[in-house]
Amino acid sequence: MARNIKLKIWRGGPTDGKLDDASVEANEGEVVLDVIHRVQATQMGDLAVRWNCKAGKCGSCSMEINGKPRLACMTQVANFKEGETITITPLRAFPVIKDLVTDVSFNYRKAMEVESFTPPADLKPGEARMEQIDVERSQEFRKCIECFLCQDTCHVIRDHEENKKSFAGPRFFIRIAELDMHPLDMLKNRKKKAQEEHGLGMCNITKCCTEVCPEHIRITDNAIIPMKERVVDIKYNPVKWLGSIILKRDSII
Amino acid sequence: MSEKIQMQRHNYDIVVIGAGGAGLRAAVEAREAGLRVAIICKSLFGKAHTVMAEGGIAASMGNVNEKDGWKVHFRDTMRGGKFINHYRMAELHAKEAPDRVWELEIWGALFDRTKEGKISQRNFGGHEYPRLAHVGDRTGLELIRTMQQKIVAMQQQDKKDHGDAESYLKVFAEVTITEVIKEGGKVAGVYGYRREDGVEVLFEAPVVILATGGVGKTFKITSNSWEGTGDGHALALKAGGNLVDMEFLQFHPTGMVWPPSVKGILVTESVRGEGGVLTNNKGERFMFKYIPKVFKDKYADNEEEADRWYVDQDNNRRPPELLPRDEVARAINSEVKAGRGSPHGGVYLDVSKRLTAEVIKRRLPSMWHQFYELAGVDITKEAMEVGPTCHYIMGGVEVDADTAAAVGVPGLFAAGEVAGGMHGSNRLGGNSLSDLLVFGRRAGAGAVDYVKQTQVVKVSDTSIRNAAERIAAPFKRTGGENPYTLHQELQEIAHNLVGIIRTKSELSDAINKIAEIRNRIENVSVQGDRVFNPGFHLSFDLDNMLLVAESIAKSALVREESRGGHTRDDFPVMNTKWRGLNNISSFNGKEVVVKHQELPFMPKELFDLFDIHELEKYMSIEEITKGGR
Repeated sequence: MARNIKLKIWRGGPTDGKLDDASVEANEGEVVLDVIHRVQATQMGDLAVRWNCKAGKCGSCSMEINGKPRLACMTQVANFKEGETITITPLRAFPVIKDLVTDVSFNYRKAMEVESFTPPADLKPGEARMEQIDVERSQEFRKCIECFLCQDTCHVIRDHEENKKSFAGPRFFIRIAELDMHPLDMLKNRKKKAQEEHGLGMCNITKCCTEVCPEHIRITDNAIIPMKERVVDIKYNPVKWLGSIILKRDSII
Repeated sequence: MSEKIQMQRHNYDIVVIGAGGAGLRAAVEAREAGLRVAIICKSLFGKAHTVMAEGGIAASMGNVNEKDGWKVHFRDTMRGGKFINHYRMAELHAKEAPDRVWELEIWGALFDRTKEGKISQRNFGGHEYPRLAHVGDRTGLELIRTMQQKIVAMQQQDKKDHGDAESYLKVFAEVTITEVIKEGGKVAGVYGYRREDGVEVLFEAPVVILATGGVGKTFKITSNSWEGTGDGHALALKAGGNLVDMEFLQFHPTGMVWPPSVKGILVTESVRGEGGVLTNNKGERFMFKYIPKVFKDKYADNEEEADRWYVDQDNNRRPPELLPRDEVARAINSEVKAGRGSPHGGVYLDVSKRLTAEVIKRRLPSMWHQFYELAGVDITKEAMEVGPTCHYIMGGVEVDADTAAAVGVPGLFAAGEVAGGMHGSNRLGGNSLSDLLVFGRRAGAGAVDYVKQTQVVKVSDTSIRNAAERIAAPFKRTGGENPYTLHQELQEIAHNLVGIIRTKSELSDAINKIAEIRNRIENVSVQGDRVFNPGFHLSFDLDNMLLVAESIAKSALVREESRGGHTRDDFPVMNTKWRGLNNISSFNGKEVVVKHQELPFMPKELFDLFDIHELEKYMSIEEITKGGR
């Protein structure tokens, strides 16, 4: 059942590169990562590609396949038409290191800017009690495998390098939402900080991030929109605004 | 291509190699004690193989069945390992696992809950009570992310206190370590290169903690990622350390078998824990035929009782699908060999008849996703096809149980899969994640004590030059062997001759063939330059895998019995004589040498936790008399 696949693979470094043609056998059931590996083992020994688990669990093999941000290990070759050329390029939102490998350090810097989980100071080991239904909201966001496809596709930064400084991106909006909804997290004002420090307001909810998420996390509906609503609620509700001034309480958001 | 090779030099108190559960837990412990720590990993931060663990983390918290406790966990671990575990490691592990799980919760982990709001615990093979804390079937992801975020939290604190987030704790991602450097008989640092640009790096440090994980990529069909190339095992051997019982290799009974490209990918044991049954192509639930004598009184011998166990665990014996992994893997292997396998050479695993689609998707979400996306199988409606896959190595670096210090190499420590002894001849599911945290923490603490009492030695220029020459070598050759081809050949040899069932002639054959590849590896050359070059990276991984394969094959040849993850067709039964003996591998610069060493015997208070009649199945009369003194 093997068939021949035509590929165009982007090869190059930080400043220049081009699409190289490759032609390779693909067997039944194979994914794009398999054919990339075959090219690597037989034709381009130094073709750079990141991967780890090959089971959609680690989020390493993120790349753009026919222009769409995808995990190569979860993209079936069978989904492409007979004779169709598969074009494989690196993530566009991040600087290329070599071939399909990009510098994703932006994401690690942003992770460092999100204030950590803050449990009650007197919480003793084994004493936490939480309802399943209460942990499930945050658990959805903790499914994130940090493939950064949502970051790559987000048009706020995809072609706007200048926005990177003030915009954390969808991955970190769900991180903030996760902590905000965490039954044991005591830190206040996470939503307000999302708006003021992490650029939540720059998101105009086109849901591109949700569409590319391989874990099917409802990034926009369950994390971004609820946070935006609460921020708007407090910022533009005169009663609450006044209340927060008078009572010196901004903990309500 | 002429290029000027640069070298970066770093100084730390402790260098941790590996950023999985064990490495990160060790780093946290060392940083909390005030030391400066470097964490080095081959991949990006957060991608370590720990992420692949699915079912859960074993700890006798007793949240679901209050009869559970460390003594029961200890007994189960020893039984699962067929009593060749290092008793002290199994004891520490059972005692400390609950604290390590609770601590994760304080660092932000969100486990699934019981009705009372405690951490939920699920059934797993070989565990007497529901014991595995879990998050659906992505527990490893929760563990790695929690540890990763704990590291970030400590860095944020360092930024507040010292102005620089990375001043005391820094992650060096995508760095390969090729050598542990010793000076004057003790550890002085490590040498390697950055994968991103090939720049060489020297870390001077009096302590190196190996937390490099497993060896799966030595084999053709494996659940392991590319990182599992036995780096720590090889680094330890070359630094003068020992490996213990490398013949004990776990084939997980249920890996995917179809389509070919996903062959080996893990199907979590939770599928069976949640009620999945194994059948052959005749529709027989065949596991009832494979209950070994030593487990007769603990496992149901008929379907009715096995099914009742899911609702009433106090009055029924467990279903045999939940036997320890070695037993289930061998049973599946036998069924397939006897012609009763599925179309793609596995057997059927079906959970759709026991649970509703909604419950399956909630409790086994990533399994549903994995089969649906990669095999086009809807596990809420149909059976999966599964077969054994190389999953875990019980053997590993010989360490001191309490401190995780590698025997024979001052300054070297090892924790997690790379360390040996804890699991004996077979690891129980769920005992790996707890092992990572218990011994990761202990390695960190052991390292801190060592740093305090040792004098730092400088790495000599000669050592640096030698290490650098080795890295440069593949580029100086042209037209030599292709590293990818050699790797495939090694995987074939390991899989066919050192696999799940072994014989003397095949093992001898394997040892010769591995030696041949070792000769050819001297001639490996790579295409391209140093910048993120996978062929170049593989040439070093290959060297490590060859040492590992040699150690496994030689240890397997010596052990003339079958026990846990070592099955000899020519010696099919367990032999009491061998229970008391470890196989110790060392490296003499040319080849791996294996010798026997007596296993330490349990003290009376641990011995007395077992029923004498159970011990009689494993131990000689002399040992029992000695133990009961």
